[in-house]
Amino acid sequence: MKLESGLKYSKEHEWVRVAGNKAYIGITDFAQNSLGDIVFVEMPEVGAELASGDTLGVVESVKAASDIYTPVSGTVTKINENLNNSPESINEDPYESWIIALELSDPAELDDLMDEKEYEQFCSKEG
Amino acid sequence: MKKTPLYEQHVNLRGKIVEFAGWALPVQYSSILEEHEYVRNSAGLFDVSHMGEIIIEGPDAEKLIQKLITNNIANMEQGKIIYSPMCYPDGGTVDDILVYKMSNEEYFLVVNASNTDKDYQWMLDNAEGDAEITNVSSNYAQLALQGPKAMEILGRLANFNLEKIRPFRFEAKVDIAGFEALVSRTGYTGEDGFEIYIAPENAEKLWNKILDEGKEDRLAPAGLGARDTLRFEAGLPLYGQEISKEITPVEAGLSRFVKFDKGDFIGRSALLAQKENEPGRKLVGFEMIERGIPRSHYEVQSEGKSIGFVTSGNFSPTLKKNLGLALISQEYSDLGEVIEIVIRNKTLKATIIETPFYSRKRG
Repeated sequence: MKLESGLKYSKEHEWVRVAGNKAYIGITDFAQNSLGDIVFVEMPEVGAELASGDTLGVVESVKAASDIYTPVSGTVTKINENLNNSPESINEDPYESWIIALELSDPAELDDLMDEKEYEQFCSKEG
Repeated sequence: MKKTPLYEQHVNLRGKIVEFAGWALPVQYSSILEEHEYVRNSAGLFDVSHMGEIIIEGPDAEKLIQKLITNNIANMEQGKIIYSPMCYPDGGTVDDILVYKMSNEEYFLVVNASNTDKDYQWMLDNAEGDAEITNVSSNYAQLALQGPKAMEILGRLANFNLEKIRPFRFEAKVDIAGFEALVSRTGYTGEDGFEIYIAPENAEKLWNKILDEGKEDRLAPAGLGARDTLRFEAGLPLYGQEISKEITPVEAGLSRFVKFDKGDFIGRSALLAQKENEPGRKLVGFEMIERGIPRSHYEVQSEGKSIGFVTSGNFSPTLKKNLGLALISQEYSDLGEVIEIVIRNKTLKATIIETPFYSRKRG
């Protein structure tokens, strides 16, 4: 399983990359691997206000559709339009393939997330 | 969960094991899209040992099978195979099966894994005359070698000219790499290929021999995921989706396998009434116009009114389109008609297109 240091990880297998008051969110290598070939990504509208735990979108593999949750609250400032044409880039490079960017409304929520070591341990327990 | 004789091989090949019809089977080894592509362009090897096998034999075997299934086995030659629905009196489908004619008094029936026990019981419940019904599922492992290279690969391992086995025919005793097997020119992928029935104790060796032999022909092991996308593109029905207890073969567009002129059979009058009155529902193929992937059980609408549901849907790996099959009211089933698929509370436009979505080019 690939991990990237400096990112925050959630128990639902999303990652968060913080840049100032902005957060880029994607799904982890563990998540893309268990989903399999990703063929469709549904993203929210720019401007949507999301609370931590809300569905931020849906990632569909050949096998099934899976909801993706935002681990932090905020307003959607950007969506990754590239995923409309190449959803498979999440399989190829999960940590570069962010799905949405948020303007954080409660940066303290970041403290509840795991770093890569904690996340690695968490995944090993999940098997 | 039951394990096939090839379970260890799947684990060694890093197959992602899932439960399917009570069996532990690989949904994929590397990637569903990749395995799909191998089967379309070179070859894939599937473990389909979960499939059920039932033998009906005796002087009245033919008569009993004629009563049980909708297709007609009268005048069928030995060595031939037919596909047939098997129905309830109300026309609902018990299963769809293959019937292999071993001799005038012996037939080998291949049934869906999820239905094996139910089918066997149904056959016993409807048995009459001098015909013995035996569930022999545990006597067989089954491999499916599918794809344009299947003939070449298996041909090199067989002591028999496999070209002589025409589609929907079989050879009961072929030596494949030193193992005795029943080999049929059948499959569930829309490609040329073979299904190989073999004693469970020889399955592992044969599996490895075939994989080895096919290395240079781009042969890869393929899992249930690719099996489903392949059969879906080829318009082959899946029990529980396109046909079921609630969906008749007439509704599912399988009327060509329902032979009303063969005499009576279970479900005949219900199916005939449905056919003569035009079925209320019809299975259609559609392509998404708006972005979204249709999935089994999603609702289908027309101008806000519910007209049916999706039976199977997916991203088509070969055609690179989002496609689906749906059972809808007949009046909306014309080619080109625009329908709406309800995906996560949004209604997305789709248009009805011809099926099958994919047919192989025949050389």
